[in-house]
Amino acid sequence: MDISLQNIEYRYQANTPFERLAIKDVSIDIPNGTYMALIGHTGSGKSTVLQHLNALLLPTEGTVFIGSHEIKAKQKNKNLRQIRQRVGIVFQFPEHQLFEESVEKDIIFGPMNFGVSEADAKVRARLALKQVGLSEEILEKSPFDLSGGQMRRVAIAGVLAMEPDCLVLDEPTAGLDPRGRKEIMDMFYTLHKDRNLSTILVTHSMEDAARYADQIVIMQQGQVVKQGTPVEIFSSVPELVDMGLDVPEVVRFQRKLEEKLGLRLEKTYLSIEELSTAVAELLRGAPV
Amino acid sequence: MRKTVISLENVSFQYENQSNFALQNVSFDIYEGEWLAIVGHNGSGKSTMAKLLNGLQFPQQGEITVCGIGLNEESIWEIRKKLGMVFQNPDNQFVGTTVQDDVAFGLENHGIQRDDMVFRVEDSLKKVKMEHFLNQEPHHLSGGQKQRVAIAGVLALRPSIIILDEATSMLDPKGRGEVLETVRALKEEDSLTVISITHDLEEAAKADRIIVMNQGEVYREGSPEDIFSLDDELIHLGLDIPFSIKMSNAFRQKGIDLSKHYLSEEELVNELWTFRSKI
Repeated sequence: MDISLQNIEYRYQANTPFERLAIKDVSIDIPNGTYMALIGHTGSGKSTVLQHLNALLLPTEGTVFIGSHEIKAKQKNKNLRQIRQRVGIVFQFPEHQLFEESVEKDIIFGPMNFGVSEADAKVRARLALKQVGLSEEILEKSPFDLSGGQMRRVAIAGVLAMEPDCLVLDEPTAGLDPRGRKEIMDMFYTLHKDRNLSTILVTHSMEDAARYADQIVIMQQGQVVKQGTPVEIFSSVPELVDMGLDVPEVVRFQRKLEEKLGLRLEKTYLSIEELSTAVAELLRGAPV
Repeated sequence: MRKTVISLENVSFQYENQSNFALQNVSFDIYEGEWLAIVGHNGSGKSTMAKLLNGLQFPQQGEITVCGIGLNEESIWEIRKKLGMVFQNPDNQFVGTTVQDDVAFGLENHGIQRDDMVFRVEDSLKKVKMEHFLNQEPHHLSGGQKQRVAIAGVLALRPSIIILDEATSMLDPKGRGEVLETVRALKEEDSLTVISITHDLEEAAKADRIIVMNQGEVYREGSPEDIFSLDDELIHLGLDIPFSIKMSNAFRQKGIDLSKHYLSEEELVNELWTFRSKI
């Protein structure tokens, strides 16, 4: 399912004294199967953009295309429900949204809400639990008796059980320990590949953006300021630093080393493996 | 000889309705003026430890001594004056309607005189560089700013020990930097003892000493260099190793000989430069 934002603008509390322009003239294309990372400061408009991806917010200007649906500003929009079924959002700290008395009821709530039968929803719940790395034994437990990491996984399973075509992830690993972070990110990546999903990741982690994304979009003050592949984005370090953003550790290290050695490597490397290979070759190579 | 400010002796703790001990037979000392990082995966017992240190929970077995006073239900109020805590979630610990009210809250609870209170509020906000935000409401602040206000609230009570319980884990990189820089400056100025409970190994790398927790027990204790030489063991414990070590390991595998195990990024860059000039 392709998603496309075309020149959208969003004003909070439009036509009131509290009106505030959050995003302006934002155009982003997300062809089916893309893994896109959306980065920018707190307050740059990322969350506002994200809520347009499943029509939680409707643009005050411009058009949003989600699959065959077209959402135009200032028009009555129908069938938003179908859209929300196809685009699953994992919000920040999704465990805060758990509310049912058992894990199973919590996970089947979403699919049943969209008309899936209870029996089918239960099958989906089992599958989703497996995907997030939890065992079926916890189905009957109260979600509130689980550890923080398990609660996070149950909440994610609730989104997966809707079987969306597109996953929107808002800082899905914040607060988890390093192993938990890697497990969850790898899990999303596997799903992304296996089911040919479109994935949009909102993150502060440049390492994750570099590792998983095909495309990176940088937002600043409500606008898209840069878009490209990770190598393109991270090749111009000064520009990112000017925007107050981090660069991946590998890139930062490469620049430090280049400065010290007084040379410039051929390209920007995004993994430790690639960079160490290139540097080792250089060091062992012919003296300059 | 270093002065001990906190000591734990054979401390065990079990939550109600849980079959396993959250902490089991834990003993160690914390010294005056040090920055101690306590690291461990989620569920390793590190947050339970924080709760025990300021008496939110009491151990079933063993003894905790803070500044020479045995910690129990009678002494807890005395001890909480010496030991301030900053929690994980910036939104859960902002109780005032404005920045200055928030800082004043703890002082009011401790019955500090108004004149002294006004002075302490401003003084501690200055220390965290938030003195221009006196009348701001919390929703106008970033996560990092809220955590700095929380730190000011703690400082206003003039503690000698600060515990950061994953105080930076919900912040963006900028906020994390702000908070750590603030605490570091305070530690130097006021010779505070800092206990930072974290799973950010980059943060732990800058501590004086690290304690690694695993399944409710102290797994290892040592300098950052000692701890990071554990390498893959740390990964098995659900932790990570700092970037500069991963990078060094990759170079070693490719036949580049490096002088010691733990090098900071700067040291590693210098080593590679030396390596090249020898060729």
